[in-house]
Amino acid sequence: MSAAATLWRFTPLLIIALLWEATTRLGLISEFALPPLTNVISSFFKLLADDLLYHTGRSILRGAVGFLCAMVVGVLAGVLMAWYRPVRILVNPLMRCFYPMPKSALIPLTIMWIGLGDGSKMTLIFIGCLLPIVMSSFNAARGVDQVLIWSARGMGATEQQVLWEVVVPASMPEILSGIRISLALSFILLVSAELIIANNGIGYLIDLLGEGGDYAGMFAGVITISAIGFFADRGYVMLMRRFLRWRE
Amino acid sequence: MAGPSTNAAIALSLRENGMAHWLRIGFYKVGPFFTVTALLLTWELASRLELVIAFLLPPLSVVLLRIAEDMVAGQLPLDIAITLYRTLVAFVLAMVIGISLGIVIPRVASIRWFFDPIISIGLPMPKIALLPIFMLWFGLFDTSKILMVAFSASFQIIITTWSATQNVEKELIWSARSLGASNRQILWEVIFPASLPQILTGLQIAMPVCLIVVLVTEMVMGGQGLGDSMLRSARYVDSPGVFAGIVEIGIVGFCVIRSMELIRRRLLVWHQETQKEETTV
Repeated sequence: MSAAATLWRFTPLLIIALLWEATTRLGLISEFALPPLTNVISSFFKLLADDLLYHTGRSILRGAVGFLCAMVVGVLAGVLMAWYRPVRILVNPLMRCFYPMPKSALIPLTIMWIGLGDGSKMTLIFIGCLLPIVMSSFNAARGVDQVLIWSARGMGATEQQVLWEVVVPASMPEILSGIRISLALSFILLVSAELIIANNGIGYLIDLLGEGGDYAGMFAGVITISAIGFFADRGYVMLMRRFLRWRE
Repeated sequence: MAGPSTNAAIALSLRENGMAHWLRIGFYKVGPFFTVTALLLTWELASRLELVIAFLLPPLSVVLLRIAEDMVAGQLPLDIAITLYRTLVAFVLAMVIGISLGIVIPRVASIRWFFDPIISIGLPMPKIALLPIFMLWFGLFDTSKILMVAFSASFQIIITTWSATQNVEKELIWSARSLGASNRQILWEVIFPASLPQILTGLQIAMPVCLIVVLVTEMVMGGQGLGDSMLRSARYVDSPGVFAGIVEIGIVGFCVIRSMELIRRRLLVWHQETQKEETTV
């Protein structure tokens, strides 16, 4: 896409930004409801010089640890469930009971169990993302084309080889898109838990600035975490494409 | 469709006979109930025998008793009603906005130009981060909760409706057109029914998001409901209350998700997916 086309594509955002600045500068909207965009930007740089990086780092660390653990355990559990029937028969009913539970109900539980620190957020994200990842990996591994499995067996592959060299690679695209959904969920849980109760982290910072009446700073914090969520998703999609390049 | 291991199991059970065969069948039949019962029993016994601290995991019977008490006192039905009311109003709002935008956007070039970058940025963004802004604009009561939930869910509905109505088989549209259908008729009598399965899938993804977000808004802003009462229990370090909340929310979530599935089957009676048997074990 050429530069002009890209610019044209994102013009609507520019219009919104201009409208935002204009309505607030002209006093059409009170600056206590919507601080002018330029104030928000200058607050962002002020916060950046202050402790924005520290809080953001804390949040990213929590999110990353919880999410990566859920990813490893979840994919393994999902694939094994699909491959070994006894495991499936024992674990599936539990999954069906717990899967529909709204994951935010775990927030008070982890607060009570582990407290306010990093551990409780990591555990929350781990448990919250685990079931969706298990479920999507399970469905992906069960959906593998039987012909592939029969051919591999016909050519003399052992069961282990069929599992690791046929079933897992064949179901990888679906597993990875399931993980993408959980990535979004991990951000929801992280920000919610920090907004509700925390001592640091970007959610805590937003809450603190809002309660102190520094709305420009609050908007800057909100935009920061939204941007991180956005780029995490985009980065994940890029990695996923690279990882699946062999399919083409 | 049988999974990879099912074939292995069938092949094995064909080879063996008598006892072993029946044991295997018995395991498959009893297995699912066994796990759930074992889990509940372990929960009760672990805390009765003080293998875990009762504060961290109160016995199941204590939790159930607590739920029954709340039920009789009238607080639990009220909380459930309030939470469901917020969820459903927000869901319907998101559904109306999402489906109408999802139908209009791909059909009107100027609207598509305007909304395309907004949606491509809004969809992957953690919308819950806007909660403090919603609180600032709309206050601490039902309005801001409902709007927050609807906002969180609507992007997903827009995007699935958009792609579903775009991907309808061209042959269907051409046939309708050659039979003399107007554009309006094509939209409502061909495109909409043909894309209904995917639209419903979008709604089924949006509903859990609504439930998750509604609980968070209740935890942050208070104002009764299951989320508020659960967080209050956690603040008072009242562990039976927290576990009662989890069980209640789990049951409410299960019922809501199941009824979405039933509604789907009802609406898609004509569709081939309903004719097929359920394939899950």
